[in-house]
Amino acid sequence: MSEIHLAVALDGAGGHPVAWREPGARPAELFTARHWAGVVAEAEAGLLDFVSFDDGLALQSASPGGQDQRTDQVRGRLDAVLTAARVAPLTRRIGLVPAVTATHTEPFHVSKAVATLDHVSRGRAGLDVRTSGLPYEERHFGRRTAPLREDELHEEAADHVEVVRRLWDSWEDDAEIRDVATGRFVDRHKLHYIDFEGRHFSVRGPSITPRPPQGQPVVTARATDSAAYGLIARAADVGFLPSRDIAGTRAAVAAVRQVRESAGPGGAEPLHLFGELTVFLDQDAAAAADRLGRLDALAGDPYEGGGAPVFTGTAAQLADLLEEHRAAGLSGFRLRPGVISHDLPVITRVLVPELQRRGVFRREYEADTLRGLLGLERPVGRYAVAAPRAS
Amino acid sequence: MSAQAPKQIHLAAHFPGVNNTTVWSDPAAGSHIDFDSFVHFARTAERAKFDFLFLAEGLRLREQGGQIYDLDVVGRPDTFTVLAALAAVTERLGLTGTINSTFNEPYEVARQFASLDHLSEGRAAWNVVTSWDAFTGENFRRGGFLPREDRYTRAQEFLATANELFDSWERGAVVADAASGRFLRDGRAGAFAHHGRHFDIEGRFNVPRSPQGRPVIFQAGDSDEGREFAAASADAIFGRYGTLDAGRAFYADVKRRLAAYGRTRDQLKILPAATFVLGDTDAEAHEAAYEVRRLQVSGQTAIKYLEHVWNRDLSAYDPDGPLPDVDPLPGENTIALGRASVRQFRDPLETARRWRALAEAKNLSIRELVISTTSEQTFIGSPATVADSIDTLVQADAADGFILVPHITPGGLDVFADTVVPLLQERGVFRTDYEGTTLRDHLGLAVPGAEPARQTAAAAPAPASTSTSAP
Repeated sequence: MSEIHLAVALDGAGGHPVAWREPGARPAELFTARHWAGVVAEAEAGLLDFVSFDDGLALQSASPGGQDQRTDQVRGRLDAVLTAARVAPLTRRIGLVPAVTATHTEPFHVSKAVATLDHVSRGRAGLDVRTSGLPYEERHFGRRTAPLREDELHEEAADHVEVVRRLWDSWEDDAEIRDVATGRFVDRHKLHYIDFEGRHFSVRGPSITPRPPQGQPVVTARATDSAAYGLIARAADVGFLPSRDIAGTRAAVAAVRQVRESAGPGGAEPLHLFGELTVFLDQDAAAAADRLGRLDALAGDPYEGGGAPVFTGTAAQLADLLEEHRAAGLSGFRLRPGVISHDLPVITRVLVPELQRRGVFRREYEADTLRGLLGLERPVGRYAVAAPRAS
Repeated sequence: MSAQAPKQIHLAAHFPGVNNTTVWSDPAAGSHIDFDSFVHFARTAERAKFDFLFLAEGLRLREQGGQIYDLDVVGRPDTFTVLAALAAVTERLGLTGTINSTFNEPYEVARQFASLDHLSEGRAAWNVVTSWDAFTGENFRRGGFLPREDRYTRAQEFLATANELFDSWERGAVVADAASGRFLRDGRAGAFAHHGRHFDIEGRFNVPRSPQGRPVIFQAGDSDEGREFAAASADAIFGRYGTLDAGRAFYADVKRRLAAYGRTRDQLKILPAATFVLGDTDAEAHEAAYEVRRLQVSGQTAIKYLEHVWNRDLSAYDPDGPLPDVDPLPGENTIALGRASVRQFRDPLETARRWRALAEAKNLSIRELVISTTSEQTFIGSPATVADSIDTLVQADAADGFILVPHITPGGLDVFADTVVPLLQERGVFRTDYEGTTLRDHLGLAVPGAEPARQTAAAAPAPASTSTSAP
């Protein structure tokens, strides 16, 4: 039986809106390198495949209609790519996957930023692509008069990832030759224009950054409903699906696979589909439910999980659930700790040993790149394949 | 303190760039992209107690004659990302990144610099550059749209907008009091509105105020507009005049402009770029320097360089022969793309005349001419000679310090750190240890005012004199 892949999603003090008030949360340190270094070190000690860093180009808001003015929840975030880069030299094996909003960013900048994250982490970088249709976020850029429709947002994001990926390949691996005899530092025939022309932008290339160690860093995308299945099918190496019930998981997996097949060849292979859950873990199920109830009472509203179904229970119960959903077609899970200071250590110190006992989780890191941990080959650059040299 | 106390020198290190100053063919030359090279370079700079590390940037690979230029180092990392990673392997060194105001948006750049400042505990700096060329713009959504004459007005508005974003969170806005449940002091933290010609944006900025308030601002332009921009808005100038007379003239001119903006002479540091070659004796250093120049200017490089002036294909000319007898083509340079330095030749016909006369008088080949006119290092000599030159220039107000550009990656700074820095420390003109933790501390710059720029406030923005330091 193949092993289960595990990632954790990191944002502030955890998924729950009042996680920051819990013992051990140290909320005054949320905007420090020390906080992030500690959290990622804990995840690495648990041998997790990767951590993802949430991000956005607007202040958090609990109101669906616009920017709220609440003072009782965490507001503010550090840039996810920079945060990942800051912890890269302090870690050795764990994958680092920052969120990037495709809607408002330049694919050229994003491509070289993630390539550089891959260089500084020696092959552990990824990119969690997001879209944004929030009108108040649009006004931070003033580029468009109104947000794109949802289908256009996903189409634009897929184009964005296509450009990012082409730019990663725009330098062949052996483009740098340092040929003293002829005075040439690079072989210019191994640097490629990408000439992307799309509906939303065109990009010439090549990148200014040499091909990253993994060749193609890992691209992830999340679907809270079927609208994003196309983006996952076309652009991602790892797709995140909400793990509600077994039937729902089965249906979602089948739907994404079908979109992928109907889109024809071109998507990354193989495609991992991970379930997403927000978890509250304690020594018995009642304690976990009580804790969530206490947090909800403190927050004043029941916590819905932000698109990822909420699980309360023991680590063993969670292990059961992960195994069942894996049997329904998932290859791994991204867990969002409800309270990082409480639930992340339970994941790494209780859940992981439980999965190891069951023989479904690694006992040591078996690879030194994120692609390696996910069982993905290092791909040959597309231009190296398409344009073999005459000599 | 005596009025005669010498000026303290500021020193910084420029990671070797993608031009012919960098000698990649040297057996000691390492990778320009492996993180290890950046770590080595940054740690040397920090060991020597330098103020900061400096990274340049260019957003399209250079081309000449319609092909990617392959004679110099090609390829560099993303500026923000590598600086954030370097923050993890250094503790005090400032981290200066060159970021273009044309191919970015203020909201995104402001949050990247604020994040870098948080993640480095107050060591971020931004070298603000502008660009208008459609060539680079082909890599971007908004590429090539900016008329040349608008680039400074856009840069100024970009920086002003970014400053509004940096200031949109008050110091102390994050309370994070678990007991009372209050995370923010004010539910409108980060509110901003900027309605200008280039940027029309409003909303809430999403990074709390960083340790330095704003990153330290660098400016690199030399035109009248560039000098004015620096006098109005910059904390430091990445300058180009490393000699006594030219340096003093530039220094006096720029510092003179500060008063009009209500600023004192100490509030803008002038830090020219400087190359160097060291030897046990001055004679050995001069010999080595000549060898370095020959490595920097090969016959091919000399021809390519001449094309920057002539603006035409000169590949048929022999680099060891005389200068071309044809004249330069007038007009905007079209042969070399992605290279701002070609614009230094404001009158190519005059430059060609001057160079032909010089070559004839001294019997110089193309290559010898280019070596002698373009690549003389700023500082050549024994450590004692170089230390003396640097100190003399700073005390004579030709500069406040220098941004050193070694020609070898990543070890080219080591010998300077080991031999010249101790001599400057003995003279009492360079720190023996960091006295503060932030880059503003190292440069002697105040933390900018903590008052937020509120669009709802009827009063004018708080003047600089109300600045407060750390709480």
